[in-house]
Amino acid sequence: MVTVKNLSFSYGNQEGIRFPDFSINKSEHCLLLGESGSGKTTLLHILGGLLRGYSGSVEVAGTELASLSETALDRFRGKHMGFVFQRNHLISALTVEKNLIMAPYLAELPVNHTQAEEVLKSLGIAEKKNSKVTELSQGQAQRVAIARAVLNNPPVILADEPTSALDDKSCAQVIDLLIQQANAHQATLLVATHDQRLKDKIGKQISLNG
Amino acid sequence: MNIIKLVWNYLKAKPLNTALNIVLLSLGIAVIIVLLLFNKQLEEKISENARGIDLVVGAKGSPLQLILCNIFHIDFPTGNINLKEAERIAKNRLVKNAIPLALGDSYESYRIIGTDQRYADLYKVEVEHGSWFTEELEVVLGANVAALTKLTLNDEFASAHGLTGGHAHDEHNFVVKGILKRSNTVLDNLILTSVESVWHVHDLHTEEDHHDHERDSSFIASPLVPSIAAGDSTKEITSMLLQYRSPMAAIQLPRIVNGQSSLQAASPAFETARLFSILGVGVDILMAFAYVLIFISALSIFIALYNSLKERRYDLAIMRSMGATRLKLVVTILSEGVLLTLLGSVIGLLLGHGVVAIMTAFVAETQKAGISGLVFYTEEWIILAGSLLLGVLCALIPAWQAYRTDISKVLAGN
Repeated sequence: MVTVKNLSFSYGNQEGIRFPDFSINKSEHCLLLGESGSGKTTLLHILGGLLRGYSGSVEVAGTELASLSETALDRFRGKHMGFVFQRNHLISALTVEKNLIMAPYLAELPVNHTQAEEVLKSLGIAEKKNSKVTELSQGQAQRVAIARAVLNNPPVILADEPTSALDDKSCAQVIDLLIQQANAHQATLLVATHDQRLKDKIGKQISLNG
Repeated sequence: MNIIKLVWNYLKAKPLNTALNIVLLSLGIAVIIVLLLFNKQLEEKISENARGIDLVVGAKGSPLQLILCNIFHIDFPTGNINLKEAERIAKNRLVKNAIPLALGDSYESYRIIGTDQRYADLYKVEVEHGSWFTEELEVVLGANVAALTKLTLNDEFASAHGLTGGHAHDEHNFVVKGILKRSNTVLDNLILTSVESVWHVHDLHTEEDHHDHERDSSFIASPLVPSIAAGDSTKEITSMLLQYRSPMAAIQLPRIVNGQSSLQAASPAFETARLFSILGVGVDILMAFAYVLIFISALSIFIALYNSLKERRYDLAIMRSMGATRLKLVVTILSEGVLLTLLGSVIGLLLGHGVVAIMTAFVAETQKAGISGLVFYTEEWIILAGSLLLGVLCALIPAWQAYRTDISKVLAGN
C-alpha cells in the first residue's frame, strides 16, 4: 500500500534527511518511531502528499505521488488518505457533525449523514453530534478527528503524534480506537510518534533515529 | 455542506464582527439609496410639472421664486401684474399659448388657482367626476385635495385669504363641480377655478361683472380672460404661463418681457437647473459621506478577513489535507467577502427604501411631492453589482495568501 525507496528531503540549504526504504502492505499497521527532529513529521507529510520536492520514490495505493499535479494530489489525498494530527485540527466555527461532513464534501464524495452518525457512535461520541468543537475535551476532540479521518473509507490513515498530548488513559483509548477503526475500514494505519506508550500496540516499527 | 453554508458558519462564529461589517456597509448603501430615490423622483416631478411651459411671466422679483410659486406652487407670489400689460405680451406673435394664473386664496392650505381649462390641458389632466366649472365660484378639485379634504361634488366651502390660511371669505362659498383624475403632477394638490371667481371673492369691481355681460358692439374680449374687455387696466393677475410658437421666442421673448418695467420672465428649465445646482452641493456632501462609510466598511471587511485568515491558517491547511484544492480555498474566501457585502448591500437597499417609505408615510411634504419609497431604479443593480465587486476586492489579498499557504509548514509548526 505504501512503498518508499531512496527517499531524501532537504529544507532549503540545510543538509538533507535520508529515509530508510520500507514497504507496508494493505491493512497492515506501522509505527514510525523517532525523537523530535528526526524527520517523522517530514516523512509523514511526504507520504500524505502535503510536502513535495523530495527525491526518490513514494508510492501510495499504487500511485507515484510525484507524478500528480498539485490539484490532482489534493484530490488524491481527499479520496485515499485520512489524517489525525497531534493537536486535533477541527474547524472551530463548525459543529462536530459539520466537521465530519467536511471530509466527504472537500473530497467531492457523496455526503452520507447516517454513516457519519455511525462512526461517531462507534467512537462513543454520538451525543456530541451537535456540539461546538470548542466545548469538547482533548480526548473527545481527538475522537472526532479520528472519525473525520476514517469517514471517507480511505485506504491509508496517517497519524502524527496522535497521543502525545493525552494522559495515559486517553492515550490508550485513542490508539485502541485508531487501530479498531483502521481495522473496521480495512485501512493501513501509519503512526508517527515518539510516544513510548505506543510501542507495544503496533508490531511493525520503523525507527528513524540514525 | 456547501461553500455558502461553510462561509455562513464562519460568519456566524464571529457575530459581532460580522454585524459591524454589515451595519457599516448597509448604512453607506442606505444613504445612497435615500439620496437616489429623493433626487430622481424630485427631478422627475419637477421636469413633469414644468413640461410644456416655456416661460413664466410675473411681477418683478426673484425668478426662482416666480417658478416655485407659479409652477410648483410652493413659494409665495412675487406680486401681481396688470392684466393689460400681460395681454400685450400674450398677443405677441411669438406666443402660441398664454395661460393666466390668479392666486390669493386657499382652502385647508390647498391653493385655489384662478385659471382656465387650458391649464389642465397643459398636463393632459381630465375631469374624472362631475364637470368643468362654467360659472363663477365653481371649482374643480385636484385628486389629492378631494381625497384629503373629503370634499365631494356639490359640496360648498369657504376659502381662506392667503396661501397658508388667513381670515375666511365666508360670504362667498365655492361649489365643487368636478374632481380631476390623479396625474402625479402639481394639479393633484390644487383647486382650480376661473380667474373671475378669484376676483369675485376679493370683491374687486363686482359691479363691473354685470356690465360685462351686456357686451356692446365694440366689445373685444381679453385674450387672457375672455369675459372682460381687452385693455382693462384695473384688473390684475398673478402670472401668465407661456408656450413659444418658435425657438426664436426663447431668445426674444424674455428680453421683451424684462424690458417692461413691471414684468419679469423666468424660464422653468433654467431656474430648475439652477435650483438643482444649489441643492446639488448638499447632495454631493451627503454622497461623499456615504462613500466614506462604504470605504470604511470595505477596510473593516478587509481587516476582518485578513485577521481571520491568520487564525484560520490551520483550518485551511486541514481543509487541504482533506482534499480541498487551492482553488476551492480561494473561492471560499472570496465567497466570504462577497457574502458579507451582499448581505450589507441588500440590507442597505431595504433600509434605504424603508426610510423613504416611512418618511413619505409621516411627512406631509414628501407625500405632496409624490415621492414613494417603493420605486426601484436600475442604478440599484449597479450598487448591488458594485458591492459584490467590493467584496471580491476586499477578499483578494486574503485569498491570495490562502492560495500560497504552505500546508506542511502550517501543520508541522504546531
